[in-house]
Amino acid sequence: MNKIQRNRLVDSGFKYVGIFCTFFGIVMLLIFIGNILADGLSRIDWDFLTNLPSRRAAKAGILTAWTGTAWILGLTAIISIPLGVAAGIYLQEYGKKNRLAYIIELNIANLAGVPSIIYGLLGLEIFVRVLHFGGSLLAGAFTLALLILPIIIVATREALKAVPNSLREASYGMGATKWQTIWDQILPAASGGILTGIILALSRAVGETAPLIVIGALAYVPFVPTTPMDEFTVLPIQIFNWVSRPQADFLVNGAAAIIILLILTFIMNGVAVYLRNKWQKKISW
Amino acid sequence: MKLHFRSYLLIAFTLFLLNSCGSKQASEQTATSAIAGEIKIDGSSTVYPITEAVAEEFRTEQPNVKVTVGISGTGGGFKKFGRGEIDINDASRPIKEKEDSVCAANNIKHIQLKVAFDGLVVVVNKENSFIDHFTVEELKKIWEPGAQGKITKWNQIRSSWPNEEFHLYGPGTASGTYDYFTEAIVGKSGSSRSDYTASEDDNVLVQGITGDKNGIGFFGLAYYEENKDKLKLVGVDNGKGSVMPSIETVKNGTYAPLARPVFIYVSDAAVKKSGVSEFIAFYLNNATTLVPEVGYIPLNNEEYQNELAKFKSFTTPQ
Repeated sequence: MNKIQRNRLVDSGFKYVGIFCTFFGIVMLLIFIGNILADGLSRIDWDFLTNLPSRRAAKAGILTAWTGTAWILGLTAIISIPLGVAAGIYLQEYGKKNRLAYIIELNIANLAGVPSIIYGLLGLEIFVRVLHFGGSLLAGAFTLALLILPIIIVATREALKAVPNSLREASYGMGATKWQTIWDQILPAASGGILTGIILALSRAVGETAPLIVIGALAYVPFVPTTPMDEFTVLPIQIFNWVSRPQADFLVNGAAAIIILLILTFIMNGVAVYLRNKWQKKISW
Repeated sequence: MKLHFRSYLLIAFTLFLLNSCGSKQASEQTATSAIAGEIKIDGSSTVYPITEAVAEEFRTEQPNVKVTVGISGTGGGFKKFGRGEIDINDASRPIKEKEDSVCAANNIKHIQLKVAFDGLVVVVNKENSFIDHFTVEELKKIWEPGAQGKITKWNQIRSSWPNEEFHLYGPGTASGTYDYFTEAIVGKSGSSRSDYTASEDDNVLVQGITGDKNGIGFFGLAYYEENKDKLKLVGVDNGKGSVMPSIETVKNGTYAPLARPVFIYVSDAAVKKSGVSEFIAFYLNNATTLVPEVGYIPLNNEEYQNELAKFKSFTTPQ
């Protein structure tokens, strides 16, 4: 076998390895989703979405869990998006490239990999105890916002970095100030990437259980939260609670709640794709 | 109208500012609305189903008292209890000295109320044909810290058993169930070998032992009751002959030492809040019917009345 033949073999070999890897993930996901659907789909009805938690599996619902998740999601977005995007803009467009900037950059990248329970402990001390938010939605949202801030900052910076420099130079050449350049040219051009980062970060926040249990999110909450200071429960905690119960009927409830959580994240990702395409189309260089 | 990404950012930022202003007012409101009736409960996930059942029924009687229940674990709950952050702690073991001294330091007096029994079962794989009971000494020999890496085969436990390796399954070290088992069997709470498959989720243990011919494990009675067809129950001999765990043997105390009472702890500050005394009375008066419904073993009626009398003398100042 000469060199050329061997290279061709490696070439086509890699193709099949690639195909296998792609389908491995997809098949696993399909098996998982199929399994969950088979277990839980029949349990989902209007009552399941509107009932309060109950000791009787057949009567138990997720009203307070999904409303809690919606509150947490909204508050976390409101807190983390402005902070994260602004920090990203500063670091990428204004910040000087010195030692301090390097250290900050390194730390942000590291923070993105810190286990979520650590953020829970931080949130418990700062938001629950020092700031006296208690085990409230606000404390939970601030904790999760901290958790996803590094992801948003990194995504924002990457998106800004991808905007060609010629755009900035052209804008300066027309006499625009730095802020005008960022606001009118660079941000719209980078919006698709930033948005994708934000949605991915929020999707992670939606699935978190550990930090919320640490700050005092509850399992049995018989009322829908009406202010950010109310106590709350979220879908992942309800799922966690149900799948660890001995009765098989509760496991079915858990599967049904997983389906709802999956639908929620699919909708979020769908919205992200839609918005990204919409904004991307308007930009033509 | 074109909603630009930038306008969206502006809206988000405005909301952020509004939100940070609004939160202060909201926190003042909740501080004053405590009179309307709010009971904060946290603690053991073992006791959770009982308290959840009581809270659910209590709602039909007192719809304006907001009862919430968390699952931070017995230890996590006592930490909050000692800081006065919660009114009632669900506990699957009595309060530890250290936790008690924290309460004392923060001037929190409390009362322990027994609410039910939980039996711990020792189970093996369905196909295991040679075993019908363990003695307490044998269990100790299997689980004590010194057994790690040394006691690994059935015939090391009892010489008539096969020369095959066994595999251990048990709750994780954070659970009250683990604390209780090690205390009752090894003699010291929290002390055991660590080379076993641990899970905080007892359903995982059930699955593990179901699929492992040489599995041995322990967990709460309710999990066995739901999986009777998949597991083999093993009797425990504490010197007076082998006893199988059942509602009867747990209640009358013959299934020892693996039957344990579970508790709720109420603080003196909590009983001054409206609704708490009513809730506790409701708890103890309805436990007889609600406790078995969620898979636990109730006390006798007189015992519940005794607990209630204890609670009443705790609430009336001397």
